Amino acid sequence: MSFDQSDVEKIAHLARLAVPAGEARALGGDLSRILDLVAQMEQVDTSAVEPMAHPLQMTQRLRDDRVTEENQRELYQSVAPATEKGLYLVPRVIE
Amino acid sequence: MHEKSVTELAAGLRSGEFSSVELVEHYLGRIERLDGEFNSFITVTAEQAMEQARAADARIAAGDAGPVTGIPIAHKDIYCTNGVKTSCGSRMLDNFTAPYDANVVSRLRDAGAVMLGKTNMDEFAMGSTNESSFYGPVKNPWDTGRVPGGSSGGSAAAVAARLCAAATGTDTGGSIRQPASHCGITGLKPTYGRVSRYGMIAYASSLDQGGPMAQTAEDVALLLQAMAGFDERDSTSSDTPVPDYSATLEDSIDGLKIGLPGEYFDAGLDDNVRKSVEEAVDLYRSLGAEVREISLPNTGLAVASYYVVAPAECSSNLSRYDGVRFGHRCDDPVDLEDLYKRSRSEGFGAEVKRRIMIGTYVLSAGYYDAFYLKAQKIRQLISDDFRKAFEQVDVIMGPASPTTAVALGEMADDPVSMYLSDVYTVMTNMAGLPGISIPVAPVEGMPVGLQITGNYFDEARLLNIAHRFQQNSDWHRLMPEGV
Repeated sequence: MSFDQSDVEKIAHLARLAVPAGEARALGGDLSRILDLVAQMEQVDTSAVEPMAHPLQMTQRLRDDRVTEENQRELYQSVAPATEKGLYLVPRVIE
Repeated sequence: MHEKSVTELAAGLRSGEFSSVELVEHYLGRIERLDGEFNSFITVTAEQAMEQARAADARIAAGDAGPVTGIPIAHKDIYCTNGVKTSCGSRMLDNFTAPYDANVVSRLRDAGAVMLGKTNMDEFAMGSTNESSFYGPVKNPWDTGRVPGGSSGGSAAAVAARLCAAATGTDTGGSIRQPASHCGITGLKPTYGRVSRYGMIAYASSLDQGGPMAQTAEDVALLLQAMAGFDERDSTSSDTPVPDYSATLEDSIDGLKIGLPGEYFDAGLDDNVRKSVEEAVDLYRSLGAEVREISLPNTGLAVASYYVVAPAECSSNLSRYDGVRFGHRCDDPVDLEDLYKRSRSEGFGAEVKRRIMIGTYVLSAGYYDAFYLKAQKIRQLISDDFRKAFEQVDVIMGPASPTTAVALGEMADDPVSMYLSDVYTVMTNMAGLPGISIPVAPVEGMPVGLQITGNYFDEARLLNIAHRFQQNSDWHRLMPEGV
């Protein structure tokens, strides 16, 4: 498996990361080597194996449908980079 | 005082030999004097610690003290601490003050333990050397030219250097057991679901598990007692009853069936580490244990499948860092996409970005079956290997790491060789089993850990087995020179 610059750019966009052009090559090399390691998985035939998503194979616990959280907007927004009137501020998205 | 274990310190507090205030002052003084060299703390909370120590002394005087009341501990900086900086070793959260406490933190505080501060760690717990921290690497107290292991390297180094009596860690692929091994301390990764993940910053949610690190198994039992138990705020928390971990420490291990997986003793294992581990197993034989060779045939696929599952879950979990609600935000974003991309790229370090990229790739359209689904199937095979092994034996023993701690910088540019060093620990996380690392005979002055893996929710037995070893050996009492 080898990642060229355009592969790196595509994945970086999906992950919402900016990769400076000068770093794309080295990152592509790292990712290629990691995927070569991952390719060891192909050694085993798993066609008859059920996938395991979770160690305890538990069923999701359900609770009563009632309000349990109190509103702590001010506290939680106190760590936000920019807020106004209880809203999070971001650059304009609708012209 | 600092050479004492938690158990010994608790006895000293109860008998009035010293107060919690005196104890905490002593440890804070040590951190100030010695931690410049080790870099094991990111934040020291001296003022709060003194306040908590005074409260602990009042509880002790009132006869309302538990076994960890007044004991100075440290939390890995992955646990949210209300009103205290919680960085997760990342620039992304350098400005983050948690608005609530993790369950582990509130449980230990309610039990009266005193928090000295927050320990250094690999960024977002991604690393095996503690070199990916935004706050610089932690140095191993046994040799400051070497790494302490990771990702709970700060906690391991702080306990080893006796800068705290015990510490919390988290273990996603070995992050408690491997640094415990490299720093000569005892560290337990409980069964998945045993300790609440509420307020523990997520890396790979189906693998992450918090646990205690201390000098001895006896101490780890006290800490785990306070940490373990059902928490409705963690949807994967187990309601399996929590036994009294201290009650069975002294039980006989005569007739215990120990399995040694051939795959853990293959060519990749350092010869001297092998000898230390074999000597430890011999001690168990002399205590009446029966040792059998077993096989975990899919060991060779563990690292490959782990480095699909963990990055996939990491890429999803870390999508929350968007520069909008909390954490780092870039200056002057031109639009929303620029805000996301630059905030994330500036906030995350190289190893975190590599794992996010791998995770994003393996989950992207067209690749899911070949990577993530395949890895989940191998996870099932690994889990089946353990299930079959536990039909024949009670516990599995082997090394925690193929070598002693490597030199600082030795693996910095080579993620794949660092990943491969996780071979003996990632298996346990994939299956969700509990495991402990205890100090055995050092190699050339560097600590070595024996890893003991147990069946689901068998922590009491692991602690019993570890404690019996420590009653018959002194490796856990060794301290680095100059501390």
